[in-house]
Amino acid sequence: MNDYNFAYLDEQTKRMIRRALLKALAIPGYQVPFASREMPMPYGWGTGGVQVSAACMIPEDVFKVIDQGADDTTNAVSIRKFFEKTAGVATTERTAEATVIQTRHRIPERALTEDQILVYQVPIPEPLRFLEPRETETRKMHALEEYGLMHVKLYEDIARHGHIATAYAYPVKVEGRYVMDPSPIPKFDNPKLRSAAIQLFGAGREQRIYAIPPFTDVVSLDFEDFPFDPSAAPHPCALCGAEGAYLDEVIMDDAGGRMFVCSDTDFCRERRAAGHVGAMGAPYEEDAA
Amino acid sequence: MSGLSGAFADPAPEAARAFRAALRAMARPGTIERVEGAAPPAPLSPAAGALLLTLADPETPLHLAGAWDCEAVRAWLTFHCGAPFVPAERAMFAVGDWASLRPLSRFAVGTAEYPDRSATLIVEMAALAAAGARLTGPGIEREARLLLPEIDAFQANAALFPLGLDFCFCAGDRLAALPRTTRVEAG
Repeated sequence: MNDYNFAYLDEQTKRMIRRALLKALAIPGYQVPFASREMPMPYGWGTGGVQVSAACMIPEDVFKVIDQGADDTTNAVSIRKFFEKTAGVATTERTAEATVIQTRHRIPERALTEDQILVYQVPIPEPLRFLEPRETETRKMHALEEYGLMHVKLYEDIARHGHIATAYAYPVKVEGRYVMDPSPIPKFDNPKLRSAAIQLFGAGREQRIYAIPPFTDVVSLDFEDFPFDPSAAPHPCALCGAEGAYLDEVIMDDAGGRMFVCSDTDFCRERRAAGHVGAMGAPYEEDAA
Repeated sequence: MSGLSGAFADPAPEAARAFRAALRAMARPGTIERVEGAAPPAPLSPAAGALLLTLADPETPLHLAGAWDCEAVRAWLTFHCGAPFVPAERAMFAVGDWASLRPLSRFAVGTAEYPDRSATLIVEMAALAAAGARLTGPGIEREARLLLPEIDAFQANAALFPLGLDFCFCAGDRLAALPRTTRVEAG
């Protein structure tokens, strides 16, 4: 017996979020307003993602949460425990076994399948917000498909830095219509936004939900002479030796020692379990962690 | 009394499963999902009943079209959903067969600034089949097939994008969906 309604939210709230989710899928990239609720965690800790996960979760789901690629950070652990307690769903750290994955700022390295749902936590859903603070104006700009300001911003990057300096929350155009903030994922992950999985975005404080259906065209904004570059790290992972994965820099001491390791902890573990060893790695042991 | 039976026995998990089916259907136009748990009075199909139990409540004006505007359906929906019954022009959801839902121009297609303020039509069908009209667009890797009541209406609806209506097709306990983004061609 569980003292919570399934997945915490009351049924009326879930219906409201579910209606928003269906409209979000029908209008890819468009931010659907929804009546975001107070959740038992502060805004900025993934309340939007939690509400979306709660509204689309079923008892048979296997739930995974990542925070910057890692399953074992505070935000990921607390949200995972939240749903273990309020929904009684199974949880996992393995990307391949999960049916719903809530993420803060990364897309898993492993290609997602059509049986998976990826739920993003979004802080500022409006890609034009830092260029135009008024909601009335940005709404009009989306209505008129007036995205010149965003191209000016990218152009100014080039004028100032010689390249497009936006490295995360890199704006994309969805299905040739809406410019969308992919949440603060590194631009490295942008090519993975075209996916077999259903991608849902929840911004709790800003009260917006948006979505990308599977196999939807998602184009990172760029210029003909400055094409989009997802930028891969020039090093392999120090633990598993992976080339072409997104890496975190870990400072080792105060004398400049550092290492680069996969940000996706499950991807790294899986590779080490398969026998891959990086330059600073030790042979994998099942329960070593 | 039949008006009181036929809703989800265990509402939270059953509504969650019905919504998952609707989510998958809307995300992948043309795929046929199964929804279970609702036993509404005829002519409302079990799939349409489950969909309304999952999505409709006192905040969602609902239009009953044609034979679906009958005492048994009204009583069942009033008891279980509490949705107000309205004319087509004010509906957020509408349910009926294709003939009674027409003309589609009566329904809200949203505004340029709020394209989400558009109606979702639940179309009752004799059967659903992955054959006939060719579907392409978001949610579809190459192409999908779905038996549709006609072609022109859906082409005209897609031309309104980002405005437009979204459709759910129901037959028995089966459900498929067609959002405004799907491009429809005669098979």
